[in-house]
Amino acid sequence: MFDELTKKLEYTFQKLKGHGKINEKNISEALREVRRTLLEADVNYKVAKDFIEAVKNKSLGKEVLRSITPAQQVIKIFNEELVDLLGGTVSRLKDSSVPPTKIMVAGLQGSGKTTFCAKLSLFLSKKGKKSLLASSDIYRPAAKNQLEVLGNSINTFVYPYDKEGAVEIAVGAVEEAKNRGYDVVILDTAGRLHINSEMMDEVVEIKNAINPNEILFVADGMTGQDAVNSAKAFLERLDFTGIVLTKLDGDAKGGAALSIRAVTGRPIKFISIGEKVDAIDIFHPDRMASRILGMGDIITLVEKAEEAVDREKALKLEKKLRKEEFTLEDFYDQLQQIKRMGPIENLIEMIPGVRGLKFKDIRENGDELKKTEAIINSMTPEERRKPKIINGSRRLRIARGSGTSVQDVNRLLKQFSQMQKMIKGLSRFGFGKVFKQFGF
Amino acid sequence: MKPVFEKFKTGLYKTRITLFCKLKDVISRGKKFNQEFIENIEEILIESDIGIETTMYLMDELKEQYRKNKNFDTSTVLGIIKKKLKEIMMECNTPEISERKQEKPYVILVVGVNGTGKTTTIGKLAYKYKKEGKSVLLSAADTFRAAAVEQLDIWRKRAGADIVKTKYGADPASVAYDSLQAAISRNIDVLIIDTAGRLHTKVNLMEELKKIKRILKKIKPSAPDETLLVLDAVTGQNSLTQAKEFNDAIGIDGIVLTKLDGTAKGGIIVPILKELKIPVKYVGMGEKVTDLALFDSETFINALICD
Repeated sequence: MFDELTKKLEYTFQKLKGHGKINEKNISEALREVRRTLLEADVNYKVAKDFIEAVKNKSLGKEVLRSITPAQQVIKIFNEELVDLLGGTVSRLKDSSVPPTKIMVAGLQGSGKTTFCAKLSLFLSKKGKKSLLASSDIYRPAAKNQLEVLGNSINTFVYPYDKEGAVEIAVGAVEEAKNRGYDVVILDTAGRLHINSEMMDEVVEIKNAINPNEILFVADGMTGQDAVNSAKAFLERLDFTGIVLTKLDGDAKGGAALSIRAVTGRPIKFISIGEKVDAIDIFHPDRMASRILGMGDIITLVEKAEEAVDREKALKLEKKLRKEEFTLEDFYDQLQQIKRMGPIENLIEMIPGVRGLKFKDIRENGDELKKTEAIINSMTPEERRKPKIINGSRRLRIARGSGTSVQDVNRLLKQFSQMQKMIKGLSRFGFGKVFKQFGF
Repeated sequence: MKPVFEKFKTGLYKTRITLFCKLKDVISRGKKFNQEFIENIEEILIESDIGIETTMYLMDELKEQYRKNKNFDTSTVLGIIKKKLKEIMMECNTPEISERKQEKPYVILVVGVNGTGKTTTIGKLAYKYKKEGKSVLLSAADTFRAAAVEQLDIWRKRAGADIVKTKYGADPASVAYDSLQAAISRNIDVLIIDTAGRLHTKVNLMEELKKIKRILKKIKPSAPDETLLVLDAVTGQNSLTQAKEFNDAIGIDGIVLTKLDGTAKGGIIVPILKELKIPVKYVGMGEKVTDLALFDSETFINALICD
């Protein structure tokens, strides 16, 4: 996500850092590069221009030029402006004082509305809020089926209807949510072009009929220069309250995020980063800015770890480690927990300083994990508990069973025994300190 | 199919209004080729999604002409841009892909990232071939997305074609295999295979496409006879990467540019043509079965620069 943009900016700032003294000329030069990068990332022409102008004016201030580390100062200004442009602070969903909270979702065709609705529902249920899903898309073939299938997969009730008008469905769904005591009702709407006045009239009618607490405009993160046109038109007619950016798990440079936010002034509330129903994140302007600037996003990483790690298991593990009983089974458990945090390449992206890593290396690391998993899977429970009994013929069997080679099995066993040695060493030094450091 | 010029023009009508006003307006206001004029032209070009590289290329050409000619008249700007765009696009003008004299069925594989309009395009293609009097079989190899099969099935009914489908989660390659065999045994003219939307960065999913292609070749060595990449006109510079990656993975014979009925200009196909030389075959402009037209570069350029 924002990967290319980040890489280019890093390069530009690296060059800037090389200059001891900063003057108007080399700032302008660097900013010209930045401007080009922004335009290549689909940031709107005017938005890019204004942004560069703002950074330039502040960078040419006296404090910066006199500062001992002017390049750092420029980067700081750039960061601040970027956070500002991305919305400043986190914007959360508004709650209705009287349930259900009504959330309406709108956007162009193919932007990912329906998938987002399901993701939002799951997200809310994790926060203890029960939501009802409804689709007022009476046009697209099988749109309702899509939402039903998604709803089933996350155990969420999907409002049933038969050939009613879009407005009736919306009103009916809100009524149903009220009667059944749901906290939230999420209303999916048909994808529509912002210049299709009939369809825009319809979505306004829906809005007026149910008076939503939140209207979220879903935009494809890969959108080009047209992003500002559609966003402006939707804002004008629908006065939406927030933005959702989807498909940010590809290599899209994501400039549309900057443009849409800048021209509508509405906050980006969520980003969607994958096809699985749990691939949704709250949008943090500061974190996104530091990501764009290549400073990594360690906070999100820690949060993901907290979500994925089972506290009880962690405690058990600590005990085992103390008693030096760490087995391959425990090791396998650890792997599973890491996996639950999402695709390894997404995780690595968040670690500061590893941006230089090529995608391929990361993938190979991911493959390595899979191999390890397959090898352990091919062992008997006894072998996992007592790896010492794994002799030559067992190694051959495990290698065959896991589709790896004996060398792979040997390597894993060696690594594991080294790990055990390390753990023994650790327990002698006292565990408390080490574990506190790792946050257990 | 004859190019549907009228339809294409109305499809790009909105585009024409905005660009028409803008470019002509700037030119008629700016009699002088100065910084302001240059910036204005640059802005309009960038906003058409043709990309910064193509924009710079066109701007350099303008500046060059200005240097050469002391009496440079800004009213020639439109003509210069048009000529240059034409040069780029004509290099790979759409060949009428002939459904060569060959063994039936003619196999079309349709691929692209999520939400570009693959299934809708397939519905329109099926309708087009049916209209030409051909028998059409659709293959629901998108076994991943919720309700993708149902969606294709509804389009199938609209077009009056047949379909091969299985359960969700089934191996898409096996669906493709079954449908090709079905097409052969039923003596079908055209087989169109729908695939799940996938981001080009997902290695496993790109491998899956390669597998589909391999498996088709086992039955019919020339298959897929045509691999179409569906690109969304609303998408910006990422379309170029998409085209590159899909082309590297499975080879793309033609592009379908969808959603041209909005205000997006779809200018990104200019750098795609320039760099990858993959022809644009169709344009999609709506949600009806008839909203598909053969691409015509002349019309496209005229619409893009509002002549």
